[in-house]
Amino acid sequence: MALSITDRCVNCYACMDVCPSDAITQGASQFEIDALKCTECAGHFADPQCASICPVEEALLDGLGHVIHPPGSLTGIPPTLRLQDGGSADEWRATP
Amino acid sequence: MELIATSAANEPKASGCSAKGCGSSDDSLAHLPEALRKRVQNHPCFSEKAHHHFARMHVAVAPACNIQCNYCNRKYDCSNESRPGVVSEVLSPDEAVHKVKTVAAAIPQMTVLGIAGPGDPLANPDRTFATFRRLAEEAPDIKLCVSTNGLRLPEFADEMAKYNIEHVTITMNCLDPEIGAKIYPWIYWNNRRIRGVKAAKILIRNQLKGLEMLVERGILVKVNSVMIPGVNDQHLKEVSKLVKEKGAFLHNVMPLIAEAEHGTFYGLTGQRSPSGAELRELQDSCADSMSMMRHCRQCRADAVGMLGEDRGQEFTLDQIEGKEIDYAAAMVKRKQVHDAILEQLDAEHQAAANSDTTTAARGPAILMAVSSSGQGVINQHFGHATEFLIYRVDDTKVEHVGQRKVELYCGGPGDCPEEENRLQGHLNALSDCQAVLSAKIGIGPWQQLEQAGIAPSGEYAYEAIETGLRLFYNDLLAQGKLQPTGELATEASA
Repeated sequence: MALSITDRCVNCYACMDVCPSDAITQGASQFEIDALKCTECAGHFADPQCASICPVEEALLDGLGHVIHPPGSLTGIPPTLRLQDGGSADEWRATP
Repeated sequence: MELIATSAANEPKASGCSAKGCGSSDDSLAHLPEALRKRVQNHPCFSEKAHHHFARMHVAVAPACNIQCNYCNRKYDCSNESRPGVVSEVLSPDEAVHKVKTVAAAIPQMTVLGIAGPGDPLANPDRTFATFRRLAEEAPDIKLCVSTNGLRLPEFADEMAKYNIEHVTITMNCLDPEIGAKIYPWIYWNNRRIRGVKAAKILIRNQLKGLEMLVERGILVKVNSVMIPGVNDQHLKEVSKLVKEKGAFLHNVMPLIAEAEHGTFYGLTGQRSPSGAELRELQDSCADSMSMMRHCRQCRADAVGMLGEDRGQEFTLDQIEGKEIDYAAAMVKRKQVHDAILEQLDAEHQAAANSDTTTAARGPAILMAVSSSGQGVINQHFGHATEFLIYRVDDTKVEHVGQRKVELYCGGPGDCPEEENRLQGHLNALSDCQAVLSAKIGIGPWQQLEQAGIAPSGEYAYEAIETGLRLFYNDLLAQGKLQPTGELATEASA
């Protein structure tokens, strides 16, 4: 199983630096996870490292395509107050 | 080992004058021993005097962060915002080195290169230290500087000392983890995301440990704190006291920036920022125990130029690509420019030390505002000001205590539909000042200032700021126009 990155990514490099599998690279518009290399950090760490440092809500999906950090879970900002900029989250959200 | 910054911090007590500065001095660092004064005299962020003459730049090589602060939005790609954490383009270390050399050649007054983000420099150790390593070798006349949240300071204190980094800023907003939990939702530590009080405890412990380690290594440490009304404002006096005890050199209490359009937690949840007067009062109360920085402009993580100005747009990657820089030649020119400025500053320092103020008449401590576009001179039209420098003046001292941002109200003839509204903003920003000095003031604003009890003057145009303030103060005092301000009077006689 592998995690993946959505277009919410702000290209901050944090995940690339902490990935133990060198699975993350900078793509054309955002960082990308190589599904063949990603181990979800099994055998390395208790939690996937990219998901432990990523500061952006809805930027990471788990192996089933579920959002790992839903709105409000990292910033504490109530979803109703969030700025609606960037791509629409609904396009890719949660289709298991 | 001799603790340089600690012994310096104790100096004022030994010589019997307060940390606010002594004698006729207008510089909160004037009490420093000569060796320390020399170390900060060309650093615009560590010396108020220096910031009128020397410039700084930040290179954005550090995009990753290991903590979340409630005043920060990690989507930082904006060229119209001027505040920390914001940049337009992230640079590789090689690009950064090229940019630094290009700017150093074009702006010889640029003495300091800082890495401040847009994330945390020590959360990007490879990119940060690769940049420093090359600059220490290839541009040895530039001071290197880091601004960090402190989480990984204990780990990197030795490495920082290796690259001749003389100045470090740690942002510390609290000592109490309960307060910290209201400012920092999480940290990334030991490969885990940690939240709440537990996270704040680790962060604060590392900040204090890092501060001690830097001081032990002879590095000058400035502590930045964001003043968040109702969250940490009452607590920052304690922070000031403790970081001084631990050997920090300077404390910079900055106002929270929180607009809804920035998309930050504080901005979107309606947390208010402090007023200019509230900020000054807190800075004054901290000044009893610590030297305070009052001239911070809260610049971007890719700012270029004098404090308060940003020339970053002149040095984008597109514009500097392929430019050949003869750095050896640039260093010769830079040295000439630096020597000339330092000679002037030394002369001013000597003059201040020698000046006799005992003959001055007794007068109250008041606040006065100045519009200046740089060089320490009253050289800006009232209507062109986007900020006013605020000074506390009494019969012996002229002391810079801050600045107030205002909306530009004059865009030239025929562009004043909102003039009255915007002028009200000026009057609010200067409401605790008794005088304002500009190169020129139009008749409309002049009358409104007078009605608001603020004495305007264009008479001291192109004078040195301190000279103009002293002369206008004496003039107003002689005319019996100065009002004693309770709180300021106490401060001055303390």
